[in-house]
Amino acid sequence: MNTEALKELLYKIADDQLILGHRNSEWTGFGPLLEEDIAFSSMAQDKVGQSWQFYKILNELGESDPDTVAFMRNADQFHNCQFVELPNGEYDFSLIRHFLFDTAELIRFTMLADSTYEPISQLAKKIRGEVKYHTMHANIWIKQLGSATPESIQRLQDSLNQAMPYALGIFEPSPFEDDLISSGTFVGEKALESEWKKQIKEIIDQTELDLPDMDSLTPAFGGRSGNHTEHLQPLLDEMSEVFRVDPTADW
Amino acid sequence: MDEVKDPEIPVLSLNDLGVITGIDIEKSGRVVVNMTPTFAGCPAMDVMKSDVEDVLKKNGIENFFVNLSFETQWNSNMISEQGRAALKKFGLAPPPKHNLIVDIDLIEHAKCPNCDSENTEMKTPFGPALCRSIHYCHDCQQAFEQFKPL
Repeated sequence: MNTEALKELLYKIADDQLILGHRNSEWTGFGPLLEEDIAFSSMAQDKVGQSWQFYKILNELGESDPDTVAFMRNADQFHNCQFVELPNGEYDFSLIRHFLFDTAELIRFTMLADSTYEPISQLAKKIRGEVKYHTMHANIWIKQLGSATPESIQRLQDSLNQAMPYALGIFEPSPFEDDLISSGTFVGEKALESEWKKQIKEIIDQTELDLPDMDSLTPAFGGRSGNHTEHLQPLLDEMSEVFRVDPTADW
Repeated sequence: MDEVKDPEIPVLSLNDLGVITGIDIEKSGRVVVNMTPTFAGCPAMDVMKSDVEDVLKKNGIENFFVNLSFETQWNSNMISEQGRAALKKFGLAPPPKHNLIVDIDLIEHAKCPNCDSENTEMKTPFGPALCRSIHYCHDCQQAFEQFKPL
């Protein structure tokens, strides 16, 4: 297996989990209901923990230790999609992102459970059960608020329209797409995207919301190769502030 | 391993929790304890690992290795009957056994650990720890937590 291809795959998954995990944690203390505060905080804990497990696999492939990788890189060294770095906005945007991203993530881990690369398949088998709770949570709220009041429907619709080009950016193809597919490591972004479109439609069709015409949108690509929005660096500065005071400190 | 308890659920031993997936004694005499995390992000795993190391030392075993890996993936069916009884006594509804497909119906219908009623409602799938959800019993009118099926 091409190690560079493997690392690229692992980095983008780990960075997505870490950055969205951090964004979710920003809801701690600010959730619209106590239950939602706990939900976003719990999903943050899951996602950051999952990123750590992927960084550990990278560490075994020769990359630095997970803390160094998580806290000492700058924005242009991150491989997350731009979608996860966008600010939380209001609750409607966070909910739409949670739904669109986590649906893709659950499909990705379900696909990776069959990976020929054993460390990834073992971890994916574990994580898909955890992420199932995230999509169940997202689906409940999208279905409820997507059919509730004119205001809730309008807010979700506006967020959905705003989020969609970024959501399509999740599936930015890797330069190693053919290697990953032919080696059986991962079935590829195209296969993932097409299953994702099917699954989000299933939920959106049960609401008053309309899916934007995805074919007419330009996906927000660039994140996978280190091109980010202005929002990522401030997030990293805040996330790593304590660690960078003394990177050698023993916690 | 019966002596080592889950730090967040002190009535549950690691054997009953199902996270000890094997103990090997190698030809060299080294004892290898294989463990698997309940949740990838569970902050208690490191504590459990060091508790296992302490118990091995306390029992005179000096040459050991505690191997934390995902080779066997934990699921909640791996909690023993004794563990389920301990959870219930502790006030946590034990996770329902499942066929590895956890859906909304399965997590919504928890049995109240206080009065055994099934007239309950899930309030949120996320609770005070990654492994717990929050429910409400309409019969005894108490909120309770369930160890999540996974």
